[in-house]
Amino acid sequence: MTAAELSAALAKSEVSATEVTQAHLDRIAAVDDRVHAFLHIAADSALAQAAEVDKRRKTGEQLAPLAGVPVAVKDVFTTKNMPTTCGSHILDGWHPPYDATITQRLKQAGAIILGKTNMDEFAMGSSTENSAFGPSRNPWDLDKVPGGSSGGSAAAVAAYEAPLAIGTDTGGSIRQPAAVCGIVGTKPTYGGSSRYGVVAFASSLDTPGPFGRTVLDAALLHEAISGHDPMDSTSIDAPVPPVVAAAREADVSGMRIGVVTDLSGDGYQPGVLSRFAEAVEVLESLGAKVTEVSCPHFRYALPAYYLIAPSEASSNLARFDAMRYGLRVGDDGSRDAEEVMALTREVGFGAEVKRRIILGTHALSSGYYDAYYGKAQKVRTLIIRDFDAAFGQVDVLVSPATPTTAFRLGERADDPMAMYLADLCTIPSDLAGNAAISVPCGLAAEDGLPVGLQVMAPALADDRLYRVAAAAEAAFTHRWGQPLLTSAKGLAS
Amino acid sequence: MPITRDEVAHLARLSRIALTDAELDHLAPQLDQIITAVAQVQEVAAEGIPPTSHATGLTNVFRDDEPRPCLTPEEALSQAPAVAQQRFKVPRILGEE
Repeated sequence: MTAAELSAALAKSEVSATEVTQAHLDRIAAVDDRVHAFLHIAADSALAQAAEVDKRRKTGEQLAPLAGVPVAVKDVFTTKNMPTTCGSHILDGWHPPYDATITQRLKQAGAIILGKTNMDEFAMGSSTENSAFGPSRNPWDLDKVPGGSSGGSAAAVAAYEAPLAIGTDTGGSIRQPAAVCGIVGTKPTYGGSSRYGVVAFASSLDTPGPFGRTVLDAALLHEAISGHDPMDSTSIDAPVPPVVAAAREADVSGMRIGVVTDLSGDGYQPGVLSRFAEAVEVLESLGAKVTEVSCPHFRYALPAYYLIAPSEASSNLARFDAMRYGLRVGDDGSRDAEEVMALTREVGFGAEVKRRIILGTHALSSGYYDAYYGKAQKVRTLIIRDFDAAFGQVDVLVSPATPTTAFRLGERADDPMAMYLADLCTIPSDLAGNAAISVPCGLAAEDGLPVGLQVMAPALADDRLYRVAAAAEAAFTHRWGQPLLTSAKGLAS
Repeated sequence: MPITRDEVAHLARLSRIALTDAELDHLAPQLDQIITAVAQVQEVAAEGIPPTSHATGLTNVFRDDEPRPCLTPEEALSQAPAVAQQRFKVPRILGEE
């Protein structure tokens, strides 16, 4: 069942929150040894939350749409009375003393928190292989990666372990795993969803957002977590775009859709490009006006991102200093604080985190600042101008969500540049701070794995994403005769 | 501009990460490759283009300065590696002399 169907059944008391929660915990128990989507399963607190929702419903109280609907939460969000590791040994055993704003909003909405999902360490990666606790696996093919960094959240939803999940997107960490797992994932407008209580990776880019198996489900979760938060100084004080209404309308007639010509060609898998071309035809057949649009600076988005994000990370991750919380190594009385700090960070951080901290330290160091970080910030301006010019002509932009389908575990694990290419199509929207979604548009002919259609909209026009994605989803589901995920066979045996 | 093994060792010291020799051997060529790739940003003619540090354009955002509930000392110290006299206990920060 979808989250929307669960919500309706719960509202009519056809099923209890306790039954729904138990069913998902049973599914997790049955498949998560193979998928490894979860780092922590919160069975007791989930059932207690469910019992509370059932009790409130019995008294006739009007509850929010997600009351009693389970959700899996990426292990980057702080959760009181639950561990938060961020996929890192440096936070192994840390129990944050406070809830992230998004955790609070989920609890207030009555959503049931099933547990914490696996991720690349500190959200740095595109495969979950950088998790200190071992990778998650793709429910379409267990030898393939589920994408990353929010790969555990995407795998949990694709494996029916949770109807909904929360992730964060810094360079594509929601849309890329959604695309390669055949589900829906949205990066809301930067500042549209609160970062308070999200362990910081790159503060000017990090954006929490929803995963669902349908566009409407993602919209329901998007609406529940969004809105101004005084605890986050970058939170935008504006009304939440009407994403649920847009997902229900699913009408693109008369909409102007621009195909980004710069996001195709060399390095793109033929099966991805042919499914994307088909998706564009479908949108045209539904009454959209399709044109081609060029964004010439998008080719510099990836290099600019790999200067800006590591620079911010090198500063943000300085807080892991072994003094106030987290791991402390080598404090035997003979070493001073600086030596303990360096030893702890050596033991506590994985290879990718070290690479990025050192890269960021280099990009920010005197003598190199202007050539690297300073220049990347100017490129960021040029990318924003490309978007502004494009959105002067069209309502939304479309591209493939990823250049390839899911790759094999281990294939890119020690080849950082190959791994970074997984985010080629998603990074521009992160740098510009606008909104983007990935919605399944079929299976690549070569490998039978899912392909994602990316839709990008101007900041605070997140509703347009849902209008386009829902229209495409309806047309595709009609054509396929069933939802795409029905074809996922990784857990069939 | 290439990056040498010695420079990576220096950056690791600045970053307070006690890399092993084996890690330095492995990381230095990878970082060199990454830096060569990201240096592409220098191809872009960006004279007179203002930098963007942040996409929202918000500046000087403040909350009202009002007291409200916060963590107790016990909660704040609950995750510390070492505690003494209701304070974070840390290794020595000054040399012997």
